[in-house]
Amino acid sequence: MRLLGCIALASALAGAALAAEIPQDQRRSGYSFMSADTKAMQDDDTVNPGMLWVLDGEALWKRKAGTSDKSCADCHYDARVSMKGVAAHYPAYEKAFGRPLDLEGRINLCRANHQQATPLPYESRDLLALTAYVAQQSRGMPIEAGDDPDLKPFVEQGRELFMQRQGQLNLGCANCHDDNWDKKLAGSAITQGHPTGYPLYRLEWQSLGSLQRRLRACITGIRAQAYDWGSPELVALELYLMSRARGMPMEAPAVRP
Amino acid sequence: MTSAAILLAVVSAASAQGLRPYAVVGDAVPDSLTGTRGDATRGRALIVERTSTCILCHNGPFPEQKSQGDLAPNLSGSGSRWSEGQLRLRLVDASRLNATTIMPSYYRVDGLNRVGRSWLGKPILSAEQIEDIVAYLVTLRD
Ligand code: HEC
Ligand code: HEC
Repeated sequence: MRLLGCIALASALAGAALAAEIPQDQRRSGYSFMSADTKAMQDDDTVNPGMLWVLDGEALWKRKAGTSDKSCADCHYDARVSMKGVAAHYPAYEKAFGRPLDLEGRINLCRANHQQATPLPYESRDLLALTAYVAQQSRGMPIEAGDDPDLKPFVEQGRELFMQRQGQLNLGCANCHDDNWDKKLAGSAITQGHPTGYPLYRLEWQSLGSLQRRLRACITGIRAQAYDWGSPELVALELYLMSRARGMPMEAPAVRP
Repeated sequence: MTSAAILLAVVSAASAQGLRPYAVVGDAVPDSLTGTRGDATRGRALIVERTSTCILCHNGPFPEQKSQGDLAPNLSGSGSRWSEGQLRLRLVDASRLNATTIMPSYYRVDGLNRVGRSWLGKPILSAEQIEDIVAYLVTLRD
């Protein structure tokens, strides 16, 4: 009995491990599922609509704000140097909070602590612009998030949230993005769900949008309760997705259908 | 599920949740959920409508609908492969037939996790809608 129980448990674990990961050599960015027209729009900065936000972000980088009357540039100087590769490491562990922060969270922490300004609301034009400008400095660099040992429990939490079935349709992220990424959902490519290009311009939104916006859309799509903006659950999911995409090149600001 | 093991389970919890009770016999729900036969024309229209969610995953003989899924079998010929009662159980609660299926249970409100406020306590489809869809699926013969 005991032995049978062990065998059953061992094979259940093996099954779970198998379903969990897309082999390294089969990982594909959402880019590779797109039409030639949409790829061309992402590739050419003169037509990529995301570049409008990047330009706004560059102006905001230099603008003084808050009671300390400092700009981002007053502390970090030239973003092309100081912010190179930074976004590829986010979400990152924040000691003061004992938990990870995503790039938006980090920008707002700098606003609060160093500029003494009010935090920018999620999905506001200014927060998207600053995030896009910082993320663009990592374009082409490999994603390296999730290595910090302090992040381990949060990566694991994100993985569990990715696997869990939820909502009225009772589906988990993994049911689509690990198990069915070569298929179509009502005509659109499901993709492997790698967060390589955020914030990105989505044709359906006719706007730039954050990774959290994308995750909330998938969660609402399965008719589950979307986690609040900035919630630990959304950040854990972002972290798991980034660690799952480790080594893939950053594309921000990408374009998606 | 073995066909020899004929299981009769009256889902008594169903009525407590505002769902109509139904009986599972083997791998089927033989009796209509509403006591009457559904309308196949309405059933077809429901399947083609995106909000019913069927064509997110399935495709079938619906040339007017450009966006269909390919996560699930083509619905053509469903009526040749399955009886009316088997199709009804498939829609009501496909997870009874295959515990790991991705096909949602269309007439179930328990055992779900984190359902969004607007959908909480409601089945995906009503008993009438399920009967209409079943009435249509049995006509799909090849
Ligand atoms: C029923 C299928 C389904 C489920 C379940 C699902 N998604 Fe998605 N997801 C999609 C589809 C389809 C797209 C692509 C949409 C488009 O761009 O048109 C997508 C896109 C994405 C993307 C964007 C990838 C890119 O290239 O930009 C991410 C990230 C993502 N999903 C994560 C998740 C997470 C996390 C969950 C669970 C909380 C989840 N998804 C649940 C179908 C699903
Ligand atoms: C999220 C995906 C998904 C959705 C949505 C879905 N199904 Fe399914 N369906 C499946 C899968 C996968 C199967 C294959 C058997 C299994 O896994 O249980 C299936 C099997 C079936 C079958 C049996 C097909 C055969 O010939 O073997 C029928 C009939 C069917 N579904 C009808 C429907 C109808 C009608 C709806 C909508 C009211 C629907 N399905 C919604 C995934 C789905």
